[in-house]
Amino acid sequence: MMQALARLLDSDLWWSFKRSPLTVAAAIAAFLCIAGAVFAPWLAPHNPYDLAQISLMNSNLPPVFQKGGSSEFLLGTDQQGRDILSTIMYGSRVSLLVAVCATVMSMLIGVTLGLVAGYVGGRVESFIMRVADIQLSFPAILIALLISGIGRTVLPREMQDQLALYVIILSIGLTGWVQYARTVRGSTLVEKNKEYVQAARVIGVPSFRIMLFHVLPNALGPVLVIATLGVASAILTEATLSFLGVGMPPTQPSLGTLINEGQNYLFSGEWWITIFPGIALIVMVISVNLLGDWLRDALNPKLR
Amino acid sequence: MLAFILRRVFQAALVMLAVALVAFALFNYVGDPVNLMLGQDATPEQKAELREALGLDRPFYVQFAVFVGNALQGEFGISLRQARPVSLLIKERFPATAELALTAALLALVLGVAMGVYTALRRGGFLANVLLTVSLIGVSLPTFLIGILLILVFAVTLQWLPSYGRGEVVQLGWWSTGFLTKDGLRALILPAITLSLGTMTLIMRLVRSEMLEVLRTDFIKFARARGLTNRAIHFGHALKNTLVPVMTITGLQLGGIIAFAIVTETVFQWPGLGFLFIQSVQSADIPVMAAYLVLISLVFVTINLIVDLLYYVVDPRLRIERTTAAH
Repeated sequence: MMQALARLLDSDLWWSFKRSPLTVAAAIAAFLCIAGAVFAPWLAPHNPYDLAQISLMNSNLPPVFQKGGSSEFLLGTDQQGRDILSTIMYGSRVSLLVAVCATVMSMLIGVTLGLVAGYVGGRVESFIMRVADIQLSFPAILIALLISGIGRTVLPREMQDQLALYVIILSIGLTGWVQYARTVRGSTLVEKNKEYVQAARVIGVPSFRIMLFHVLPNALGPVLVIATLGVASAILTEATLSFLGVGMPPTQPSLGTLINEGQNYLFSGEWWITIFPGIALIVMVISVNLLGDWLRDALNPKLR
Repeated sequence: MLAFILRRVFQAALVMLAVALVAFALFNYVGDPVNLMLGQDATPEQKAELREALGLDRPFYVQFAVFVGNALQGEFGISLRQARPVSLLIKERFPATAELALTAALLALVLGVAMGVYTALRRGGFLANVLLTVSLIGVSLPTFLIGILLILVFAVTLQWLPSYGRGEVVQLGWWSTGFLTKDGLRALILPAITLSLGTMTLIMRLVRSEMLEVLRTDFIKFARARGLTNRAIHFGHALKNTLVPVMTITGLQLGGIIAFAIVTETVFQWPGLGFLFIQSVQSADIPVMAAYLVLISLVFVTINLIVDLLYYVVDPRLRIERTTAAH
């Protein structure tokens, strides 16, 4: 354990990380967002979904720095008296869960199809890549919207809210695979003709073993970069879907649902209900994006 | 050339057929239309009668052929939520989306190119740096948050502009336009800015990097040596050479504008097709969803086809590369 840590601290990656203050700041911000989200039930000052803890007496309080704010509710409260800071932490948890699951799904689909396309070649390859091209010509948000819209319609009404989480993960997961497939196919085409793969083939290693243990490890760097950036874009897609009212239901709100609900109170002056979840969303997305950009540059040997 | 065009058209037709199949499955098998139209307490005879009248007892391929035939004529049945023909609803809502998307695209193109040229020529200048930094924020902000922030600042706090709807519209035949009244134009400002911002920053950064590259080339140096004015060099020579990639990207971004029109229309309750689609998804209005699915796919397939062909026409290098790659 200590050895692994020492090796990490001695590596190129750590050196390039330390050298860029923006990346360090992004990492701290991302860490705070993720920790706040994951440990929301223990860290949040209130439990906004425990009816015993919320009181209508506290509804629509402004944030602490405005007149009438209370130090008990740092970022104010909504119309039901729920603490905004706590709802943001719980909401980030949902947003992050959806984004990570969807990214893992895209990655699994994309890497598998990319490996198969690159390694098998022929008709299978041209079919997979043609489908990828066609999907790429439609914006991701539109495809996700259509899949989740159809998913909602197919499900019976009473199950829609319960299954919303899975429908969303599916709809975002199915839209993101193209980039992985293209990248992995590219690396596979390069690796396939190298001597070590041919040697493995000659001694009779089965194809799926060659793909998984010989070709795939060489493609993992770019996949990691795409996945990091993919989490950020999945967070945004989920927020947009929920904002449009076809994402997470109000009973299990994500950041997008919170922004959508808060929008109605903009005109009566309660701006904090929608703006603070918005800021949380932006901080989360920008910090993850910056980390992804840094990773891309750090892993690119041409830029060293 | 002909083979390339035919292949693209064939592929587009295939995509449309697949989309039609999805729309048809949605239309016919999800939420049994007979139950939806008759209600829960209809007798089995009534149901059978309607089933026959709607042609639901015929084999699958006949039904699909009828569906495609109707779709080609623009008929998608009756909206369940509004009890009016879907074709009528779409005709009513289309002008709103078209005007919004067109304004946003023009705004993005004109301002994007202008700011791109400016930031390239005044590299390192104060205003150029400000524009670049702001554009970075513009890239990372989601569309709906831009809309909400604009509403908060210009509609709620300053109360300069309306925050929802199209304002007053004038009917020109079946087309309703907001361009001709002051109210309609005022209502267009915030949604158009919201929708164009993402594309605008993209075009600006693209024009800037292309300009910087072109300005370094030898023929620009030669033009300077010939003693041409700065204006002729910058706009006649440099900008002209950046326009090919800009045109393609703008064409492809048009699709993005149409997709994000859904979000913008929802934020501003703009009575266009995107808002209609979101409402129909929320209330499971399947005929409207199916029609929108087919329509939006048609728009995208057409845009991609045109961009592909334009690319082919504009860039002769591509013709050689593609034909060699095909062998």
